[in-house]
Amino acid sequence: MNVLFFGQLRELLQTDSLQINVAVSTVFELRRELQDKGPLWRDSLERSLTLVAVNQTMANEDTLLEKNDEVAFFPPVTGG
Amino acid sequence: MDDVIVVQTADFEMQTLYQQLRQANTTDGAIVTFTGLVRDFNQESQVSGLYLEHYPAMTQKALQKIVNEARQRWELGRVCVLHRVGQLAPGEQIVFVGVTSSHRKNAFAACEFIMDYLKTRAPFWKKEITNQGQSWVSAKQQDKAAADKWDQ
Repeated sequence: MNVLFFGQLRELLQTDSLQINVAVSTVFELRRELQDKGPLWRDSLERSLTLVAVNQTMANEDTLLEKNDEVAFFPPVTGG
Repeated sequence: MDDVIVVQTADFEMQTLYQQLRQANTTDGAIVTFTGLVRDFNQESQVSGLYLEHYPAMTQKALQKIVNEARQRWELGRVCVLHRVGQLAPGEQIVFVGVTSSHRKNAFAACEFIMDYLKTRAPFWKKEITNQGQSWVSAKQQDKAAADKWDQ
């Protein structure tokens, strides 16, 4: 599963993408898996601070994930 | 469906976009357009420029989804959404929304709806360059409230 980060989150984590090979079935589980990478990841990926998209569509914690999905985490958007 | 959705770094000519909405269109009695500009100030400091990041694979899709939703709510003719990304200076045009409809009320409402949804659902992030350095713009509660009011 390909995981992407954008905006300030990408800068905080100093990561724009990474590959997750652990089996996770929901966004909730994926987030927990990523937050286990350390304090910076735990704090930056706090649920209230980030939005999530699965296969380029806005998603939520219950969204189901499959092996080849593209999941993106990012801060609330500020376009327009 | 007559949707034009564009994401580009280059500036745009409003007159050209307006003509696309207008030409050979005898069914619609109204065109409403909105143009957003880069301001040179924020709460804390003078802004000398802006960098607009986006999620290229998702941006077009997210904008199309917003336009589709507008079409479900109102009877619309043509819709044009253009958003710029990359480096922008104060005073530059950043976004354009144009909507045609047989009557003005639908066009006014849809144009506002598209902007409100774009501000809370389309994957763009602004970074301001000020005399204090660079900083990411945080999402505004008033923008969320403006988008939420369409669901009440």
